[in-house]
Amino acid sequence: MPSATFAGKVVAVNDEGFLENPDEWSEEIASAIARAEGIELTEQHWRVIKFMRAEYAEKGTGPTVRVLGKTSGVSIKELYLLFPKGPAKLAAKIAGIPKPRGCI
Amino acid sequence: MGSRIVILGGGTGGTLAANRLRRVVGDDVAVVVVDHDNSHVYQPGLLFVPFGLTHLDEIVRPRQHQFHRGIEFHQAAVDHVDLGAQQVLLEDGIALDYDVLVVATGATLLPEETEGLTGRGWMEKMFTFYTPPGAVALHDALAWFDEGRLVVGVVDLPIKCPVAPLEFCFLADWYFRQRGIRDRIELTYVTPLDGAFTTRVAAATLAGLLREKGVELVTEFNTGEVDGPGGRLISYDDREVGFDLAVMVPLHGGAPYVGRSPGLGDELNFVPTDEHTLQARSWPNVFVIGDAANVPTSKAGSVTHFEGEVLVENVRRFLAGEPLDRTFDGHSNCFIETGFSKALLIDFNYDTEPLPGHFPTSVGLPLLKESRLNHLGKLMFQWFYWHSLLPGRDIPGIGSAMPEHGKHREPAPL
Repeated sequence: MPSATFAGKVVAVNDEGFLENPDEWSEEIASAIARAEGIELTEQHWRVIKFMRAEYAEKGTGPTVRVLGKTSGVSIKELYLLFPKGPAKLAAKIAGIPKPRGCI
Repeated sequence: MGSRIVILGGGTGGTLAANRLRRVVGDDVAVVVVDHDNSHVYQPGLLFVPFGLTHLDEIVRPRQHQFHRGIEFHQAAVDHVDLGAQQVLLEDGIALDYDVLVVATGATLLPEETEGLTGRGWMEKMFTFYTPPGAVALHDALAWFDEGRLVVGVVDLPIKCPVAPLEFCFLADWYFRQRGIRDRIELTYVTPLDGAFTTRVAAATLAGLLREKGVELVTEFNTGEVDGPGGRLISYDDREVGFDLAVMVPLHGGAPYVGRSPGLGDELNFVPTDEHTLQARSWPNVFVIGDAANVPTSKAGSVTHFEGEVLVENVRRFLAGEPLDRTFDGHSNCFIETGFSKALLIDFNYDTEPLPGHFPTSVGLPLLKESRLNHLGKLMFQWFYWHSLLPGRDIPGIGSAMPEHGKHREPAPL
Protein backbone atom coordinates (compact mmCIF):
# COMPACT_ATOMS: atom_id res chain seq x y z
CA MET A 1 0.00 0.00 0.00
CA PRO A 2 1.44 3.42 -0.89
CA SER A 3 1.99 5.98 1.81
CA ALA A 4 2.61 9.70 1.82
CA THR A 5 4.06 12.15 4.29
CA PHE A 6 1.95 15.18 5.14
CA ALA A 7 2.89 17.67 7.84
CA GLY A 8 5.59 15.29 9.06
CA LYS A 9 3.21 12.37 9.48
CA VAL A 10 3.27 9.20 7.37
CA VAL A 11 -0.24 8.14 6.31
CA ALA A 12 -1.52 5.31 4.11
CA VAL A 13 -3.07 6.54 0.84
CA ASN A 14 -4.61 4.81 -2.16
CA ASP A 15 -3.15 5.08 -5.67
CA GLU A 16 -5.05 8.34 -6.24
CA GLY A 17 -3.70 9.88 -3.05
CA PHE A 18 -6.87 9.59 -0.93
CA LEU A 19 -6.31 8.77 2.74
CA GLU A 20 -7.00 5.10 3.44
CA ASN A 21 -8.08 5.85 6.98
CA PRO A 22 -10.14 9.02 7.59
CA ASP A 23 -9.27 8.84 11.31
CA GLU A 24 -5.62 9.63 10.53
CA TRP A 25 -6.70 13.03 9.21
CA SER A 26 -5.87 16.28 10.95
CA GLU A 27 -6.20 19.93 9.99
CA GLU A 28 -2.44 20.09 9.44
CA ILE A 29 -2.65 17.14 7.04
CA ALA A 30 -5.53 18.86 5.21
CA SER A 31 -3.46 22.00 4.73
CA ALA A 32 -0.52 19.93 3.45
CA ILE A 33 -2.66 17.96 0.97
CA ALA A 34 -4.21 21.22 -0.22
CA ARG A 35 -0.79 22.84 -0.71
CA ALA A 36 0.33 19.83 -2.75
CA GLU A 37 -2.71 20.50 -4.97
CA GLY A 38 -1.82 24.18 -5.22
CA ILE A 39 -4.56 25.40 -2.86
CA GLU A 40 -4.10 27.70 0.13
CA LEU A 41 -7.05 26.98 2.42
CA THR A 42 -9.37 29.87 3.31
CA GLU A 43 -12.32 30.02 5.66
CA GLN A 44 -14.70 29.04 2.80
CA HIS A 45 -12.53 26.00 2.02
CA TRP A 46 -12.74 24.93 5.66
CA ARG A 47 -16.47 25.32 5.65
CA VAL A 48 -16.72 22.84 2.77
CA ILE A 49 -14.11 20.47 4.22
CA LYS A 50 -15.85 20.30 7.60
CA PHE A 51 -19.19 19.79 5.87
CA MET A 52 -17.71 16.92 3.84
CA ARG A 53 -16.37 15.23 6.97
CA ALA A 54 -19.68 15.58 8.78
CA GLU A 55 -21.56 14.12 5.80
CA TYR A 56 -19.11 11.25 5.59
CA ALA A 57 -19.42 10.50 9.30
CA GLU A 58 -23.18 10.42 8.96
CA LYS A 59 -23.67 8.67 5.63
CA GLY A 60 -20.50 6.73 4.94
CA THR A 61 -19.88 8.52 1.66
CA GLY A 62 -18.97 12.07 0.69
CA PRO A 63 -21.56 14.17 -1.16
CA THR A 64 -21.45 14.77 -4.92
CA VAL A 65 -20.98 18.32 -6.26
CA ARG A 66 -24.69 18.64 -6.86
CA VAL A 67 -25.58 17.65 -3.32
CA LEU A 68 -22.80 19.91 -1.98
CA GLY A 69 -24.27 22.81 -3.93
CA LYS A 70 -27.70 22.13 -2.44
CA THR A 71 -26.70 21.50 1.15
CA SER A 72 -23.33 23.07 2.05
CA GLY A 73 -24.39 26.68 1.66
CA VAL A 74 -21.69 27.19 -1.00
CA SER A 75 -22.90 27.43 -4.61
CA ILE A 76 -21.60 25.02 -7.24
CA LYS A 77 -19.99 27.91 -9.11
CA GLU A 78 -18.06 28.92 -6.01
CA LEU A 79 -17.16 25.30 -5.25
CA TYR A 80 -15.41 25.19 -8.63
CA LEU A 81 -13.50 28.35 -7.76
CA LEU A 82 -12.44 26.92 -4.39
CA PHE A 83 -11.61 23.43 -5.65
CA PRO A 84 -10.91 23.71 -9.38
CA LYS A 85 -11.78 20.87 -11.82
CA GLY A 86 -13.58 18.46 -9.50
CA PRO A 87 -14.82 20.03 -6.26
CA ALA A 88 -16.34 16.88 -4.74
CA LYS A 89 -13.26 14.81 -5.51
CA LEU A 90 -10.69 17.40 -4.47
CA ALA A 91 -12.54 18.48 -1.33
CA ALA A 92 -12.90 14.81 -0.33
CA LYS A 93 -9.18 14.30 -0.80
CA ILE A 94 -8.33 17.29 1.39
CA ALA A 95 -10.98 16.27 3.92
CA GLY A 96 -9.32 12.87 4.18
CA ILE A 97 -12.39 10.87 3.19
CA PRO A 98 -12.78 8.41 0.30
CA LYS A 99 -13.59 9.64 -3.21
CA PRO A 100 -17.39 10.10 -3.39
CA ARG A 101 -18.95 6.92 -4.66
CA GLY A 102 -19.90 7.64 -8.24
CA CYS A 103 -23.35 6.69 -9.35
CA ILE A 104 -23.63 3.86 -11.81
CA MET B 1 -59.51 -6.89 10.04
CA GLY B 2 -57.38 -7.10 6.86
CA SER B 3 -54.44 -4.86 6.14
CA ARG B 4 -53.73 -2.57 3.25
CA ILE B 5 -50.65 -2.21 1.05
CA VAL B 6 -50.50 1.11 -0.78
CA ILE B 7 -48.14 1.31 -3.75
CA LEU B 8 -47.24 4.78 -4.99
CA GLY B 9 -46.48 4.67 -8.70
CA GLY B 10 -47.86 2.43 -11.43
CA GLY B 11 -44.74 2.16 -13.58
CA THR B 12 -42.39 -0.78 -13.89
CA GLY B 13 -41.73 -1.24 -10.16
CA GLY B 14 -45.22 -0.44 -8.88
CA THR B 15 -46.91 -2.69 -11.42
CA LEU B 16 -44.69 -5.72 -10.97
CA ALA B 17 -44.74 -5.32 -7.19
CA ALA B 18 -48.55 -5.10 -7.17
CA ASN B 19 -48.96 -8.17 -9.34
CA ARG B 20 -46.46 -10.22 -7.36
CA LEU B 21 -47.90 -9.08 -4.02
CA ARG B 22 -51.44 -9.91 -5.11
CA ARG B 23 -50.35 -13.54 -5.61
CA VAL B 24 -48.44 -13.75 -2.34
CA VAL B 25 -50.62 -12.02 0.24
CA GLY B 26 -54.01 -13.27 1.41
CA ASP B 27 -57.37 -12.08 0.11
CA ASP B 28 -57.87 -10.10 3.30
CA VAL B 29 -54.97 -7.80 2.30
CA ALA B 30 -55.93 -4.95 -0.03
CA VAL B 31 -53.42 -3.90 -2.70
CA VAL B 32 -53.93 -0.33 -3.93
CA VAL B 33 -51.85 1.38 -6.63
CA VAL B 34 -51.82 5.17 -6.96
CA ASP B 35 -50.60 7.07 -10.02
CA HIS B 36 -51.39 10.51 -11.38
CA ASP B 37 -52.08 9.28 -14.92
CA ASN B 38 -53.06 6.14 -16.78
CA SER B 39 -50.23 5.94 -19.36
CA HIS B 40 -47.59 3.28 -18.83
CA VAL B 41 -44.60 4.05 -21.05
CA TYR B 42 -42.18 1.29 -22.02
CA GLN B 43 -39.27 3.63 -21.33
CA PRO B 44 -36.52 1.71 -23.17
CA GLY B 45 -38.55 2.39 -26.32
CA LEU B 46 -38.04 6.16 -26.05
CA LEU B 47 -34.48 5.81 -27.35
CA PHE B 48 -35.80 4.52 -30.68
CA VAL B 49 -38.50 7.15 -31.25
CA PRO B 50 -36.16 9.94 -32.49
CA PHE B 51 -34.80 7.62 -35.20
CA GLY B 52 -38.25 6.55 -36.39
CA LEU B 53 -37.57 2.98 -35.26
CA THR B 54 -40.67 2.93 -33.09
CA HIS B 55 -43.65 5.17 -32.35
CA LEU B 56 -45.29 6.27 -29.14
CA ASP B 57 -48.43 4.24 -29.80
CA GLU B 58 -46.27 1.12 -29.85
CA ILE B 59 -44.71 1.79 -26.45
CA VAL B 60 -47.54 3.30 -24.36
CA ARG B 61 -50.38 1.28 -22.82
CA PRO B 62 -52.98 2.00 -20.13
CA ARG B 63 -51.57 1.39 -16.65
CA GLN B 64 -54.84 -0.06 -15.48
CA HIS B 65 -54.69 -2.95 -17.97
CA GLN B 66 -51.37 -4.17 -16.54
CA PHE B 67 -52.79 -5.06 -13.12
CA HIS B 68 -54.08 -8.47 -12.09
CA ARG B 69 -57.60 -8.83 -10.73
CA GLY B 70 -57.98 -7.80 -7.13
CA ILE B 71 -55.70 -4.77 -7.42
CA GLU B 72 -57.32 -1.41 -6.93
CA PHE B 73 -56.03 1.47 -9.11
CA HIS B 74 -56.55 4.99 -7.85
CA GLN B 75 -55.74 7.76 -10.30
CA ALA B 76 -54.60 10.83 -8.37
CA ALA B 77 -51.42 12.76 -7.65
CA VAL B 78 -49.81 12.38 -4.24
CA ASP B 79 -49.63 15.48 -2.11
CA HIS B 80 -47.53 13.98 0.68
CA VAL B 81 -47.03 11.00 2.94
CA ASP B 82 -47.48 11.27 6.70
CA LEU B 83 -45.16 8.53 7.93
CA GLY B 84 -46.24 8.81 11.56
CA ALA B 85 -49.93 8.61 10.76
CA GLN B 86 -49.31 5.86 8.13
CA GLN B 87 -51.33 7.82 5.66
CA VAL B 88 -50.98 9.04 2.06
CA LEU B 89 -52.68 12.35 1.33
CA LEU B 90 -53.77 12.65 -2.28
CA GLU B 91 -54.32 15.84 -4.23
CA ASP B 92 -57.95 14.85 -4.83
CA GLY B 93 -58.49 15.20 -1.07
CA ILE B 94 -58.60 11.51 -0.26
CA ALA B 95 -56.46 10.12 2.56
CA LEU B 96 -55.34 6.50 2.19
CA ASP B 97 -54.31 4.63 5.33
CA TYR B 98 -51.67 1.95 4.88
CA ASP B 99 -50.08 -0.86 6.84
CA VAL B 100 -47.26 -1.12 4.32
CA LEU B 101 -46.24 1.58 1.85
CA VAL B 102 -44.30 0.77 -1.31
CA VAL B 103 -42.63 3.77 -2.93
CA ALA B 104 -42.32 3.20 -6.68
CA THR B 105 -42.56 6.71 -8.09
CA GLY B 106 -39.28 6.57 -9.98
CA ALA B 107 -37.18 9.53 -11.00
CA THR B 108 -38.33 12.94 -12.21
CA LEU B 109 -36.53 15.02 -14.85
CA LEU B 110 -35.43 18.46 -13.69
CA PRO B 111 -34.33 20.34 -16.85
CA GLU B 112 -35.21 23.68 -15.22
CA GLU B 113 -32.43 23.14 -12.64
CA THR B 114 -29.79 23.73 -15.31
CA GLU B 115 -29.45 27.40 -16.14
CA GLY B 116 -30.68 28.18 -19.65
CA LEU B 117 -31.66 24.62 -20.58
CA THR B 118 -35.38 25.33 -20.68
CA GLY B 119 -34.84 28.87 -21.93
CA ARG B 120 -34.63 30.00 -25.54
CA GLY B 121 -33.98 27.07 -27.86
CA TRP B 122 -35.56 24.40 -25.62
CA MET B 123 -37.42 21.94 -27.83
CA GLU B 124 -36.05 23.82 -30.88
CA LYS B 125 -32.34 23.07 -30.76
CA MET B 126 -32.06 21.54 -27.27
CA PHE B 127 -34.05 18.37 -26.66
CA THR B 128 -34.28 15.35 -24.44
CA PHE B 129 -35.47 11.93 -25.56
CA TYR B 130 -36.20 10.99 -21.91
CA THR B 131 -39.83 12.16 -22.19
CA PRO B 132 -42.43 11.10 -24.79
CA PRO B 133 -42.99 14.67 -26.10
CA GLY B 134 -39.23 15.26 -26.15
CA ALA B 135 -38.55 12.07 -28.10
CA VAL B 136 -41.22 12.96 -30.68
CA ALA B 137 -39.99 16.55 -31.07
CA LEU B 138 -36.43 15.29 -31.49
CA HIS B 139 -37.60 12.92 -34.21
CA ASP B 140 -38.78 15.89 -36.25
CA ALA B 141 -35.65 17.92 -35.53
CA LEU B 142 -33.36 15.06 -36.58
CA ALA B 143 -35.25 14.68 -39.85
CA TRP B 144 -34.33 18.28 -40.71
CA PHE B 145 -30.80 18.14 -39.40
CA ASP B 146 -28.37 17.64 -42.26
CA GLU B 147 -25.24 19.52 -41.28
CA GLY B 148 -23.41 20.58 -38.14
CA ARG B 149 -22.50 19.46 -34.67
CA LEU B 150 -24.80 17.25 -32.67
CA VAL B 151 -23.89 17.10 -28.99
CA VAL B 152 -25.23 14.46 -26.63
CA GLY B 153 -24.80 15.73 -23.08
CA VAL B 154 -25.33 14.26 -19.64
CA VAL B 155 -25.68 17.04 -17.06
CA ASP B 156 -25.02 14.96 -13.94
CA LEU B 157 -25.65 11.55 -12.43
CA PRO B 158 -27.68 9.72 -11.33
CA ILE B 159 -29.75 9.24 -14.49
CA LYS B 160 -32.13 6.57 -15.64
CA CYS B 161 -30.48 3.99 -17.87
CA PRO B 162 -26.93 5.41 -17.85
CA VAL B 163 -26.13 3.67 -21.13
CA ALA B 164 -28.99 5.32 -23.07
CA PRO B 165 -27.07 8.49 -24.04
CA LEU B 166 -24.24 6.32 -25.39
CA GLU B 167 -26.75 4.25 -27.33
CA PHE B 168 -28.10 7.51 -28.72
CA CYS B 169 -24.62 8.35 -30.05
CA PHE B 170 -24.24 4.93 -31.68
CA LEU B 171 -27.69 5.10 -33.26
CA ALA B 172 -27.08 8.67 -34.45
CA ASP B 173 -23.95 7.47 -36.25
CA TRP B 174 -26.00 4.70 -37.88
CA TYR B 175 -28.89 7.08 -38.67
CA PHE B 176 -26.76 9.68 -40.46
CA ARG B 177 -24.87 6.98 -42.37
CA GLN B 178 -28.20 5.58 -43.55
CA ARG B 179 -29.07 9.05 -44.79
CA GLY B 180 -25.70 9.31 -46.53
CA ILE B 181 -24.70 12.51 -44.71
CA ARG B 182 -22.50 11.21 -41.88
CA ASP B 183 -19.51 13.20 -43.23
CA ARG B 184 -21.41 16.45 -42.71
CA ILE B 185 -22.28 15.71 -39.09
CA GLU B 186 -19.97 16.02 -36.11
CA LEU B 187 -21.00 13.87 -33.13
CA THR B 188 -19.81 14.68 -29.61
CA TYR B 189 -20.56 12.97 -26.30
CA VAL B 190 -20.22 15.17 -23.20
CA THR B 191 -20.11 13.56 -19.75
CA PRO B 192 -19.29 14.65 -16.20
CA LEU B 193 -17.53 11.31 -15.67
CA ASP B 194 -13.80 10.84 -16.28
CA GLY B 195 -14.52 8.19 -18.93
CA ALA B 196 -17.30 6.90 -21.20
CA PHE B 197 -18.86 4.95 -18.30
CA THR B 198 -18.63 4.57 -14.55
CA THR B 199 -16.90 1.22 -14.41
CA ARG B 200 -13.39 0.55 -15.73
CA VAL B 201 -13.70 -2.41 -18.09
CA ALA B 202 -16.98 -1.27 -19.68
CA ALA B 203 -15.71 2.33 -19.95
CA ALA B 204 -12.77 1.13 -22.04
CA THR B 205 -14.99 -0.95 -24.35
CA LEU B 206 -17.53 1.85 -24.78
CA ALA B 207 -14.84 4.50 -25.36
CA GLY B 208 -13.44 2.19 -28.06
CA LEU B 209 -16.85 1.99 -29.73
CA LEU B 210 -17.26 5.78 -29.65
CA ARG B 211 -13.85 6.14 -31.29
CA GLU B 212 -14.66 3.51 -33.91
CA LYS B 213 -17.85 5.37 -34.82
CA GLY B 214 -16.16 8.75 -34.92
CA VAL B 215 -17.86 10.20 -31.85
CA GLU B 216 -15.74 12.71 -29.95
CA LEU B 217 -15.65 12.11 -26.17
CA VAL B 218 -15.52 15.11 -23.81
CA THR B 219 -15.06 14.03 -20.17
CA GLU B 220 -15.22 15.72 -16.74
CA PHE B 221 -17.54 18.34 -18.17
CA ASN B 222 -20.09 19.48 -15.56
CA THR B 223 -22.65 21.47 -17.51
CA GLY B 224 -23.55 24.54 -15.49
CA GLU B 225 -25.31 26.49 -18.19
CA VAL B 226 -26.80 26.00 -21.65
CA ASP B 227 -26.78 28.95 -24.01
CA GLY B 228 -29.48 28.13 -26.56
CA PRO B 229 -29.18 31.14 -28.89
CA GLY B 230 -25.35 30.94 -28.85
CA GLY B 231 -25.37 27.14 -29.17
CA ARG B 232 -22.98 26.47 -26.27
CA LEU B 233 -22.79 24.17 -23.26
CA ILE B 234 -20.79 25.93 -20.55
CA SER B 235 -19.22 23.97 -17.72
CA TYR B 236 -18.88 25.17 -14.12
CA ASP B 237 -15.17 25.60 -14.73
CA ASP B 238 -15.85 27.75 -17.81
CA ARG B 239 -15.10 25.31 -20.60
CA GLU B 240 -17.39 25.39 -23.62
CA VAL B 241 -18.75 22.90 -26.14
CA GLY B 242 -20.53 24.37 -29.14
CA PHE B 243 -23.57 22.72 -30.69
CA ASP B 244 -26.06 23.09 -33.51
CA LEU B 245 -28.34 20.47 -31.95
CA ALA B 246 -28.09 19.37 -28.33
CA VAL B 247 -29.59 16.15 -27.01
CA MET B 248 -29.50 16.55 -23.25
CA VAL B 249 -30.11 14.20 -20.37
CA PRO B 250 -31.34 16.62 -17.69
CA LEU B 251 -30.75 16.36 -13.95
CA HIS B 252 -32.85 13.73 -12.19
CA GLY B 253 -34.45 13.81 -8.77
CA GLY B 254 -37.06 11.79 -6.96
CA ALA B 255 -40.77 12.61 -7.17
CA PRO B 256 -41.63 16.07 -5.76
CA TYR B 257 -44.07 14.70 -3.12
CA VAL B 258 -41.09 12.91 -1.51
CA GLY B 259 -39.71 16.34 -0.65
CA ARG B 260 -43.07 17.32 0.85
CA SER B 261 -43.14 14.21 3.07
CA PRO B 262 -41.07 14.91 6.20
CA GLY B 263 -38.46 12.24 6.84
CA LEU B 264 -38.99 10.26 3.64
CA GLY B 265 -36.36 11.50 1.17
CA ASP B 266 -32.82 12.84 0.82
CA GLU B 267 -31.76 16.20 -0.61
CA LEU B 268 -32.46 14.99 -4.18
CA ASN B 269 -35.85 13.50 -3.16
CA PHE B 270 -34.64 9.93 -3.56
CA VAL B 271 -35.56 7.65 -0.67
CA PRO B 272 -32.72 6.38 1.55
CA THR B 273 -33.13 2.62 1.34
CA ASP B 274 -31.32 -0.42 2.70
CA GLU B 275 -29.49 -1.78 -0.33
CA HIS B 276 -30.04 -5.46 0.55
CA THR B 277 -33.58 -5.52 2.04
CA LEU B 278 -35.13 -2.54 0.13
CA GLN B 279 -36.68 -1.31 3.35
CA ALA B 280 -36.68 2.48 3.73
CA ARG B 281 -34.27 3.73 6.37
CA SER B 282 -36.90 6.11 7.74
CA TRP B 283 -39.67 3.81 8.75
CA PRO B 284 -39.93 0.00 8.96
CA ASN B 285 -43.24 -0.33 7.11
CA VAL B 286 -42.00 1.56 4.04
CA PHE B 287 -40.31 -0.29 1.18
CA VAL B 288 -38.83 1.12 -2.01
CA ILE B 289 -38.48 -0.32 -5.51
CA GLY B 290 -36.90 1.02 -8.69
CA ASP B 291 -35.49 4.45 -9.49
CA ALA B 292 -37.05 6.07 -6.39
CA ALA B 293 -34.52 4.33 -4.12
CA ASN B 294 -31.07 5.74 -3.47
CA VAL B 295 -29.37 2.32 -3.64
CA PRO B 296 -25.96 2.36 -5.37
CA THR B 297 -26.86 0.54 -8.58
CA SER B 298 -28.23 1.63 -11.95
CA LYS B 299 -31.60 3.26 -12.28
CA ALA B 300 -32.90 0.74 -14.79
CA GLY B 301 -35.85 -1.52 -15.46
CA SER B 302 -33.76 -4.66 -15.10
CA VAL B 303 -32.71 -3.63 -11.58
CA THR B 304 -36.35 -2.95 -10.72
CA HIS B 305 -37.30 -6.38 -12.03
CA PHE B 306 -34.57 -8.10 -9.99
CA GLU B 307 -35.58 -6.09 -6.90
CA GLY B 308 -39.17 -7.31 -7.22
CA GLU B 309 -38.51 -10.74 -5.80
CA VAL B 310 -36.78 -9.51 -2.62
CA LEU B 311 -39.18 -6.59 -2.13
CA VAL B 312 -42.29 -8.76 -2.29
CA GLU B 313 -40.77 -11.41 -0.02
CA ASN B 314 -39.87 -8.70 2.49
CA VAL B 315 -43.32 -7.10 2.48
CA ARG B 316 -44.74 -10.56 3.15
CA ARG B 317 -42.22 -11.19 5.93
CA PHE B 318 -42.86 -7.76 7.46
CA LEU B 319 -46.60 -8.43 7.60
CA ALA B 320 -45.91 -11.87 9.12
CA GLY B 321 -43.48 -10.41 11.68
CA GLU B 322 -40.52 -12.42 10.29
CA PRO B 323 -36.92 -11.14 9.84
CA LEU B 324 -36.22 -9.63 6.41
CA ASP B 325 -34.40 -11.27 3.49
CA ARG B 326 -31.08 -9.48 2.91
CA THR B 327 -30.16 -10.94 -0.45
CA PHE B 328 -30.64 -8.18 -3.02
CA ASP B 329 -27.23 -7.81 -4.70
CA GLY B 330 -27.75 -4.80 -6.97
CA HIS B 331 -28.03 -7.00 -10.07
CA SER B 332 -28.32 -4.98 -13.27
CA ASN B 333 -28.45 -6.15 -16.85
CA CYS B 334 -28.59 -3.91 -19.92
CA PHE B 335 -28.58 -4.33 -23.63
CA ILE B 336 -26.65 -1.50 -25.28
CA GLU B 337 -27.86 -0.85 -28.81
CA THR B 338 -24.88 -0.01 -31.03
CA GLY B 339 -26.57 0.48 -34.41
CA PHE B 340 -26.47 -1.63 -37.59
CA SER B 341 -28.66 -4.28 -35.89
CA LYS B 342 -26.12 -5.06 -33.24
CA ALA B 343 -26.03 -4.65 -29.48
CA LEU B 344 -23.81 -5.24 -26.48
CA LEU B 345 -24.93 -6.80 -23.21
CA ILE B 346 -23.62 -5.88 -19.77
CA ASP B 347 -24.40 -7.63 -16.47
CA PHE B 348 -23.20 -6.49 -13.04
CA ASN B 349 -24.08 -5.91 -9.38
CA TYR B 350 -22.96 -3.93 -6.31
CA ASP B 351 -19.64 -5.76 -6.14
CA THR B 352 -18.88 -6.96 -9.66
CA GLU B 353 -18.36 -4.52 -12.54
CA PRO B 354 -19.52 -5.45 -16.07
CA LEU B 355 -17.12 -8.09 -17.40
CA PRO B 356 -16.69 -9.86 -20.73
CA GLY B 357 -17.85 -13.48 -21.13
CA HIS B 358 -21.31 -14.93 -21.71
CA PHE B 359 -24.72 -14.54 -20.04
CA PRO B 360 -26.25 -16.25 -18.12
CA THR B 361 -23.87 -19.19 -18.63
CA SER B 362 -20.86 -19.86 -20.85
CA VAL B 363 -23.14 -20.76 -23.78
CA GLY B 364 -25.37 -17.68 -23.48
CA LEU B 365 -25.35 -14.20 -25.00
CA PRO B 366 -21.96 -12.55 -25.46
CA LEU B 367 -21.13 -9.95 -22.79
CA LEU B 368 -19.44 -6.61 -23.52
CA LYS B 369 -19.21 -7.52 -27.18
CA GLU B 370 -21.26 -6.43 -30.16
CA SER B 371 -23.52 -9.09 -31.63
CA ARG B 372 -26.71 -9.45 -33.65
CA LEU B 373 -28.05 -11.87 -31.04
CA ASN B 374 -27.98 -9.13 -28.40
CA HIS B 375 -29.86 -6.81 -30.76
CA LEU B 376 -32.56 -9.46 -31.19
CA GLY B 377 -32.57 -9.83 -27.41
CA LYS B 378 -33.18 -6.12 -27.04
CA LEU B 379 -36.07 -6.20 -29.54
CA MET B 380 -37.59 -9.30 -27.93
CA PHE B 381 -37.40 -7.66 -24.57
CA GLN B 382 -40.42 -5.45 -25.12
CA TRP B 383 -42.59 -8.55 -25.41
CA PHE B 384 -41.15 -9.93 -22.19
CA TYR B 385 -41.74 -6.57 -20.51
CA TRP B 386 -45.50 -6.51 -21.07
CA HIS B 387 -46.12 -10.24 -20.87
CA SER B 388 -43.68 -11.49 -18.26
CA LEU B 389 -41.95 -8.76 -16.30
CA LEU B 390 -44.97 -6.56 -15.46
CA PRO B 391 -47.26 -9.51 -14.65
CA GLY B 392 -44.55 -10.48 -12.17
CA ARG B 393 -43.33 -13.69 -13.72
CA ASP B 394 -39.67 -14.69 -13.72
CA ILE B 395 -37.86 -14.73 -17.04
CA PRO B 396 -36.77 -18.36 -17.61
CA GLY B 397 -33.13 -18.93 -16.71
CA ILE B 398 -32.61 -15.42 -15.31
CA GLY B 399 -32.82 -15.14 -11.55
CA SER B 400 -32.64 -12.17 -9.24
CA ALA B 401 -29.03 -12.77 -8.19
CA MET B 402 -26.25 -12.01 -10.67
CA PRO B 403 -24.90 -15.15 -12.37
CA GLU B 404 -21.14 -15.73 -11.99
CA HIS B 405 -20.73 -18.53 -14.53
CA GLY B 406 -19.58 -17.49 -17.96
CA LYS B 407 -17.81 -14.31 -16.79
CA HIS B 408 -14.14 -13.77 -17.51
CA ARG B 409 -12.44 -12.33 -14.49
CA GLU B 410 -9.07 -10.73 -15.00
CA PRO B 411 -6.26 -11.73 -12.70
CA ALA B 412 -6.30 -9.39 -9.71
CA PRO B 413 -4.05 -6.36 -10.20
CA LEU B 414 -0.71 -6.63 -8.37
